[in-house]
Amino acid sequence: MEILMILVIGVIFTVSTYLILTKSLLRVVIGVIMLGHGAHLLLLTLSGLKQGAPPLLGEEAAAYADPLPQALILTAIVISFGVTAFLLVLAYRTYKVHKTDDLDQLRGSADE
Amino acid sequence: MNNIVILPILLPLIVGVVLLLFAKNLKVQRVISGITMFALLGISLYLAHIVYYEGIKTLELGNWPAPFGIVLVADLLSSFMVLLTGIVGIVCLYFGFKTLSEARLKGYFLPFYLFLITGVNGAFLTGDLFNLFVFFEVMLISSYILIVHGGTKYQLRESLKYVIINIVASGLFIVGVAYIYAVTGTLNMADISVKVAELEQQGVLNVIAILFLLVFGMKGALFPLYFWLPKSYFGPPSAIAGLFGGLLTKVGIYCIIRVFTLIFYHDVAFTHHTVIMILAGATMFFGVLGAVSQFDFKRILSFHIISQVGYMIMGLAIFTPLALAGALYHIAHNIFVKSALFLYAGATQKVTGTTDLKKMGGLLKTHPFLGWTFFVAAMAMAGIPPLSGFFSKFALVLSGIQEEQYYIVFVGLFVGILTLFSMMKIFIYAFWGEQKLTDEEAKERKIGSVVVTILPLVALAVIMGLAAEPVFVYLLQVSEQILDPSNYINSVLKE
Repeated sequence: MEILMILVIGVIFTVSTYLILTKSLLRVVIGVIMLGHGAHLLLLTLSGLKQGAPPLLGEEAAAYADPLPQALILTAIVISFGVTAFLLVLAYRTYKVHKTDDLDQLRGSADE
Repeated sequence: MNNIVILPILLPLIVGVVLLLFAKNLKVQRVISGITMFALLGISLYLAHIVYYEGIKTLELGNWPAPFGIVLVADLLSSFMVLLTGIVGIVCLYFGFKTLSEARLKGYFLPFYLFLITGVNGAFLTGDLFNLFVFFEVMLISSYILIVHGGTKYQLRESLKYVIINIVASGLFIVGVAYIYAVTGTLNMADISVKVAELEQQGVLNVIAILFLLVFGMKGALFPLYFWLPKSYFGPPSAIAGLFGGLLTKVGIYCIIRVFTLIFYHDVAFTHHTVIMILAGATMFFGVLGAVSQFDFKRILSFHIISQVGYMIMGLAIFTPLALAGALYHIAHNIFVKSALFLYAGATQKVTGTTDLKKMGGLLKTHPFLGWTFFVAAMAMAGIPPLSGFFSKFALVLSGIQEEQYYIVFVGLFVGILTLFSMMKIFIYAFWGEQKLTDEEAKERKIGSVVVTILPLVALAVIMGLAAEPVFVYLLQVSEQILDPSNYINSVLKE
């Protein structure tokens, strides 16, 4: 199962790298979002996908899963949610003001 | 009593939230935030004092014992950085009061200023790697808002790039955290250090070390990851550019120093003497070349941020107590002087209405107070004795020669000459030469009260230079403490 997840993460990272390197603003934004998703999945997978025991069963439990990765990912997801919302607004404002979403034209000239 | 460790984080956070309630009442906002920053400076002075005399202070949040809960750790290095944050935070805030328009200040400027300080102090004080990520994000989100604040055409375009590159860096930060959790099974930095020492930092741990160098290097503007900095720091008003230029890159540098002295210090020949050394040289050299090629006050300063970052990393690369003390001295010097220079750029912009050096001239005649105090700051930056920039470079070069790292010493000295050259360029073009303002204009545009708010930073640069010996005695203790990770580990894990 871990191998499959790692392959999925690899695909997500590939796609997001491709999207970040494109010229269209919206695609870059989507690429950045996907990079975040890939990173979150990686955090979940690398700490070992758990099966069987629930995380917390008191101190006498014979087996329990590690609940920390889920807590970390939850935090990271909330943060990336907020950042994504801000980024979308910023990208939209930039598009409105500059009247283009082509990053080549958003480059700026050398002398300014 | 250890509860004081959390105050530098808690105070700006709570006050920032309170300020949101007074969104319409600018006067109340100004008074509250002004008092808060002075209280914060008092707290950080007291924290630095007790850490110096009583040793490392730790606070286990929610009383969960380390390494299971999150700990806040105030050792000499972090209390020193918190103190620097307090000082530069006050000056930039009061400069902002004098120069920013009311419309700008009303747009939730002050709350986000305080949230930024919260994030920076949190990043300095935390002892948990994931918590460091969270405080990084607090800092970054506030910085996204401050850098685009005002929303001019130029700001929108360049801030977008700043935001995107930082989100990519944050994504890679999570990847690094994931790897290190997979390898060591812990996120407490002291505990990670113990586990990495047991594993002797081989194979995958070197990969993780470089990944963290990449993440923090993006924030700290290392070669070749600095390309976003000059343009995005040009956009925002000087009060913000001064704070960012002085403080934000240093958070990245602090994290690099922390991680590479506490956790990844087992393979010094590869990570420090090879990778970081090359990056230090390239960062210095290309940064200063960028500065030499520019003809704009703020842009020259932005490129100088990059070349100065190189000196700090050079201290880490040489990796002796004296070199690290030099690097830390350079961080303090750079936070004061670089912020001051950015604020001078703002003050000159207020007088001339431009930051283009070719459109300025003769300011020394019309505004001598501005001109001569700027001259002191510029000479401190270039490293003329007895000002502060000289002693950091002296310590770095001396330790480089002692360790027989001659290439980096040569690059450091050469970059010093070019720094002097570009500082003189600003002085000659802006302050000498033909007077571009008419006499009436020059009389109207008085700038004295603005310059007074910058003076504390210039004074600190002079004092640091004249009192270099006691400062170095303190910084050598700091660097000896961080070079022996067992100090940090023992006080966190209480073994």
